[in-house]
Amino acid sequence: MGRRVVITGIGVLAPGGIGTKNFWSLLSEGRTATRGITFFDPSPFRSKVAAEADFDPELHGLTPQEIRRMDRAAQFGVVTAREALADSGLDLAGFDPHRTGVTIGSAVGATTGLDNEYRVVSNDGRLDLVDHTYAPSHLYNHFVPSSFAAEVAWATGAEGPATVVSTGCTSGIDSVGHAVELIREGTADIMITGATDAPISPITMACFDAIKATTPRNDDPEHASRPFDGTRNGFVLGEGSACFILEELESAKKRGARIYAEIAGYASRCNAFHMTGLRPDGREMAEAITVALAEARMNPESIDYINAHGSGTKQNDRHETAAFKLSLGDHAYRTPVSSIKSMVGHSLGAIGSIEIAASVLAMENNVVPPTANLHTPDPECDLDYVPLTARDHRTDAVLTVGSGFGGFQSAMVLARPERSMA
Amino acid sequence: MTAKVVITGIGVATPNGLGVDDFWAATRIGKNAIGPVTRFDAAQYPSRLAGEIHSFTAEDHLPSRLIPQTDRMTRLALVAADCAFEDAGVKPGDIPEFDMGVVTASTSGGFEFGQNELKKLWSQGSQYVSAYQSFAWFYAVNSGQISIRNGMRGPSGVVVSDQAGGLDAIAQARRQIRKGSKLIFSGGFDASICPWGWVAQVAGGRMTTSDQPERAYLPFDADASGYVPGEGGALMILEDAEAARARGAANVYGEIAGYGATIDPKPGSGRESGLRRAIETALADAELAPGQIDVVFADAAGSPDLDRIEADALTAVFGPAGVPVTAPKTMTGRLYSGAAPVDVVSAVLAMREGLIPPTTNVTLAPEYDIDLVTGQARTASVRAALVIARGQGGFNSAVVVRAVD
Repeated sequence: MGRRVVITGIGVLAPGGIGTKNFWSLLSEGRTATRGITFFDPSPFRSKVAAEADFDPELHGLTPQEIRRMDRAAQFGVVTAREALADSGLDLAGFDPHRTGVTIGSAVGATTGLDNEYRVVSNDGRLDLVDHTYAPSHLYNHFVPSSFAAEVAWATGAEGPATVVSTGCTSGIDSVGHAVELIREGTADIMITGATDAPISPITMACFDAIKATTPRNDDPEHASRPFDGTRNGFVLGEGSACFILEELESAKKRGARIYAEIAGYASRCNAFHMTGLRPDGREMAEAITVALAEARMNPESIDYINAHGSGTKQNDRHETAAFKLSLGDHAYRTPVSSIKSMVGHSLGAIGSIEIAASVLAMENNVVPPTANLHTPDPECDLDYVPLTARDHRTDAVLTVGSGFGGFQSAMVLARPERSMA
Repeated sequence: MTAKVVITGIGVATPNGLGVDDFWAATRIGKNAIGPVTRFDAAQYPSRLAGEIHSFTAEDHLPSRLIPQTDRMTRLALVAADCAFEDAGVKPGDIPEFDMGVVTASTSGGFEFGQNELKKLWSQGSQYVSAYQSFAWFYAVNSGQISIRNGMRGPSGVVVSDQAGGLDAIAQARRQIRKGSKLIFSGGFDASICPWGWVAQVAGGRMTTSDQPERAYLPFDADASGYVPGEGGALMILEDAEAARARGAANVYGEIAGYGATIDPKPGSGRESGLRRAIETALADAELAPGQIDVVFADAAGSPDLDRIEADALTAVFGPAGVPVTAPKTMTGRLYSGAAPVDVVSAVLAMREGLIPPTTNVTLAPEYDIDLVTGQARTASVRAALVIARGQGGFNSAVVVRAVD
């Protein structure tokens, strides 16, 4: 077996849970952070709910200039990358900066910043030939969201390979998977990786309204995100970020690092079917899961918990339920499955990394977070979705999955490094 | 792990040529394609030149249902993908669907599509926003649409690292082949020549304000004044060399032999740019000494401070004027994520013909100690080429392409 990759630091910023500790409190108590939108007047929109983070960038150490030049998503990413680095106890000064890399996932980049600046340069859409004299110099950083990876590199001192990974709603898994590959192949020794998105803006609400992907459950925002529940009718948009420090196992051991988990397997597949639609058989997600397990050299039976994509659309919930059965067989029925999107919403490209954090914390605490708001089972979704309250459960290995626009289906297996392997 | 990965099919669309033959016929003779912006009235803006593709009609190539749901950059990419398949002599059904994937780079996504929907949102109301906005502008759209059109269900991806991303995508594609995929599409396309995209680039502060097409984008010239943006890009089919040979691939253009990437330290740190390290890493990965590189396709930013950094890195690695250097992107402007894949295409075509295409319009300033191929193409045996791509924010990527016997 070649180089093995472990997580040694975590930083999380999620609605209702800024910082890893607060995040886990929210999940383990089964509280929800969805609410009526406060960022702008939601009245013109079909869906008026979101999971918003109460985030004060100054409180998190960003300078006025950093705040001005960075989109909210970039700010999130810098804050969680710094938290992860501090959590790891790693002093990067002792390492070759060219062998410390950065991958940051984001589905929609600086969409909020772009929406805001467009309003100004177009004077609310009045000008076709938008006015450059109203454009701030940082508009270019919004135009090309690789600025997020640059900001994280500058904030941490990394000078190795750096990129943004942008595969829609699987970006948060694929970014970390990409980072794992760079350490395994020997290109990097340390990766600062994760994902961020801050999409709660009028243009995002409008585009999901247009395809009725988000929920119209506006009279009950705290209970609007209802994955696997028979009454669910769309997802709740969220925002946030999670970042991790990844190291090679032996060198992490040598420095006495706290090892949260090994990233034991990862795979991604495309459905080649539809930009927003899913085939009900879940075949491509099942293939990704099977390949990720094979890479981890683990049997389906070794999975103790499945952190589902669980977006709360009927199409998704049935698709992934089928995928779990196809890939894990009978073990799918015996394994707790839950969706934290019921509590923190769906933060597009960020959520995959936030869910990796939730999976690792489930292992840390041997507690499986619940699927909140699951009162009315959907007969087509017949697995154990851990309704309403967290469950004490020995958790040595977790499967976390993502599914998104463009047809991307990703799976990652997290496990304790001392496990036995098939 | 170290299987050879080769290019077996190419689709290219640039301001100076659609398709491999037209592109190379134009590039080898230094045909300039920079001109006044025609896609909108640029008179009010400080920059007014672009490299535009004038002869592309998407409706001639794509089913009508794809037109309303795609940005221009996606239409260009879909057609290039079709051409690459044809060039490779592979039909999508020939290879198991889980063994084929798509890894592309993007910089600004479907920005023109996004501009139109933002306008509807703010001038008319949210209910006027297109049902396709949710995916037509985002960065993953080209990988998604190419995979759907061609039934490719294997490992895929999308990277964004400004103008360096095209090489990062090719490197990721090579990783997937080495992990067992049989065929990966890779490259990048961008086309953000619209008022909203233009203003975002003006804001970046590095576009030239020249109005003279042949004196506008002048990397390594004493008159360098910034860059001219362009549209287009290239997609390549990458395969394992043995598998390509086994199926009797008609075209084996070259091998992706080495790759290295870094990001510069934070501005003001006083530390050296990471470009030299990226080049050295790519050479080491290819197991080639600097003296074995026959040509460098430079990033050629066109701004004096950035040209200085690139020239210094080349001199540090290759010695003063130690290797021929060229920048055919002076003909087309900078194509964002498409720029470096186009340079990779030029590199393999240079090998095939034994001809280094020229850097047009440029007179080398004496302060740069590089052997820049200016004026006309230069006849040379090209067995190995280095392609450099750099992006705003300090991204440095380098790929070594090697001839296949």
